[in-house]
Amino acid sequence: MSLLAATRSVFERTEIAFDGAFGGADNPLRHLGALGLFFLWILVVSGLYLYTVLDTSIDGVYNSIDWLTREQWYLGGVMRSLHRYASDAFVLVMFLHLLREWAYGRYHGFRLYSWVTGVPLIWLVFISGIGGYWIVWDRLAQFSAVATTELLDWLPLFNGATARNFLAPDLINDRFFTVLVFIHIGVPLMLLLGLWAHVNRISRVDYLPSRRVMLATLAAFLLLAAVKPAVSEAPADLAVVATGLRLDWFILFLHPLTDLTSPAAVWALIFGVTILLFALPFLPHPARQDIAVVDAPNCNGCSRCHVDCPYEAITMAPHPDKRGHQIAIVDADLCAGCGICAGSCPSSTPFRSQQTLVTGIDMPQQPVDVMRQQLETGLAKLTGRHRLVVFGCDQAADVRPLAGTDTVAISLICAGMLPPSFIEYALRSGADGVVVAGCRDGGCEFRLGMEWTRERLTRRREPNLRQLVPLDRIEIVPVARGEDSKLATVVAEFRRRLETTPETHSKIPAFTRRTQHHG
Amino acid sequence: MAKPAAIIGQIVLYGAFAAFIGYFSTNPIYKQIPDDVALVKLSMSHLGGRECRKRTAEELAKLPPNMRAPLDCPRGRSDTKIVLELDDKPLYEVIMHPTGLSRDGVGTVFKRFELKAGTYKLAARMNDNLVNPGYNFVKEEQITLKPAQVLVIDFNPDQGGLFFRQAKN
Repeated sequence: MSLLAATRSVFERTEIAFDGAFGGADNPLRHLGALGLFFLWILVVSGLYLYTVLDTSIDGVYNSIDWLTREQWYLGGVMRSLHRYASDAFVLVMFLHLLREWAYGRYHGFRLYSWVTGVPLIWLVFISGIGGYWIVWDRLAQFSAVATTELLDWLPLFNGATARNFLAPDLINDRFFTVLVFIHIGVPLMLLLGLWAHVNRISRVDYLPSRRVMLATLAAFLLLAAVKPAVSEAPADLAVVATGLRLDWFILFLHPLTDLTSPAAVWALIFGVTILLFALPFLPHPARQDIAVVDAPNCNGCSRCHVDCPYEAITMAPHPDKRGHQIAIVDADLCAGCGICAGSCPSSTPFRSQQTLVTGIDMPQQPVDVMRQQLETGLAKLTGRHRLVVFGCDQAADVRPLAGTDTVAISLICAGMLPPSFIEYALRSGADGVVVAGCRDGGCEFRLGMEWTRERLTRRREPNLRQLVPLDRIEIVPVARGEDSKLATVVAEFRRRLETTPETHSKIPAFTRRTQHHG
Repeated sequence: MAKPAAIIGQIVLYGAFAAFIGYFSTNPIYKQIPDDVALVKLSMSHLGGRECRKRTAEELAKLPPNMRAPLDCPRGRSDTKIVLELDDKPLYEVIMHPTGLSRDGVGTVFKRFELKAGTYKLAARMNDNLVNPGYNFVKEEQITLKPAQVLVIDFNPDQGGLFFRQAKN
């Protein structure tokens, strides 16, 4: 097993385990980006409060923060602790987010932009974090300032000049801290701008995690603030070496690493990792999916695909053939090839009499016409008493092993590409029940596929499942990749439930498609 | 409504998250140097000398009146050599090269030495114009280093050239 596959497996298993405690919507591991943004807002609010009391003179900078910590512990001290712990947690979730996206292979193709714009943010986070520690101007700040400047001086650009600013106490003046505060505010502003760019090509961004996750993590920080408040070391004194320090290993780990190795090794690591991260999308990786294709005669410009696309890959433009109508345009660079658009298209209904079903927007690798053929052929072969159709998702548990004499199993690119009319069509064409299996909540490979499917089938999103379709004959199953046995169990239970249901109960009128042979 | 087991699971996992953050935000304690060690830093930023030549009367006469500077000084600067000795034994030797395409910028050096606390005879010698032999700046002193103390070897012409910067014992 490759490193990537092993890491992915660890994430998948941990996320499934966490789902047991949190549920998909509240599982922090499934919302790391949003969690990071929430921590950033804690940093902004607590940082603004700390800034209001900061005295930027040499003595004042230490004393003002120390006063805040000791005399105003109930507010200022708590704010300081929140600032410390939220910044540490931010670094932690940032690295987990990076590792998770890499492990799931979300760094190339249509995700290239988000990946590449995320890499410089790591630098901004560490510049901001390290600079923040300097503002306190205690022994830890002194240690970090000296270590950072000695590291910078190794670069030819600085040429040994910056460390000279921290040789002796009398070489520091008040304006140093004014500049430092300016940088500590300016860099996070750049970080916010960079984050905006990072999520710019994604629709319906989770800017914040669920309220429950926010309250729980905030409570964790407040608990830490009470049990272990952030405090300063002794005031900085450049005449002595700052040692025996309570180091923040999340943000300042580069300093011990430099001591352990050398500035050259650390810069090689920093630049090497940065270059590798930038280069990763351009290294060999699995071929990308075919992208969605629009069929102009069948596109009525309803814009549902434009609304539902998770990656803003579809725009609307004037229709070339129908005056006053619009047509969907697919941006090849942004299209994930998930097929959610095909699932949203009102033309994707199998009830149409065309011999070859052509819809407004479709996936070349799995057209809706092929889906209808698979469904019709499969249903025709079923011999069991209680016949099931199982629609699955290539990204979730594998449905194909479920196929048998009484079960049709059709795996889709994404559960979101299933038009609800296919469920009605299956039930009216001989199926007793339909199972729709897709990724777990919050774990959809294409972000919104399972969410849209659930909303469509519960009639909260166009295209709706029609009212005549009985919901008790449909089972929606969120199952992650590898949870094949769980899926089989749920399907078996669903079948038993149908077996105990009277034959006539909630049955809908049968339908036989009239076929025509000229499109 | 979450089941009791799920609630306990959440409390345990959020507690583990808080414990992880809380521990590594201050632990393990980091010691950059051992308790009985002091630090000597050689930090210098210096413009090397240059060899000027006195122009002859004939040369001056050939120049326009407004450009008759008596000395002809090249733009490039000399390398600077620094030698450190500790208790009469060589500790470090370096040649600082002038920066810039025309070799007319300051040369810099930064080097740190960890020494056991105690008393030493420290000598620093510098030659900032290598066309001349020997050292034109010398500083020798008996120093006493306390644990964790920082001593800086620096150069400032206003302070007599080479000097040792050390907090008062």
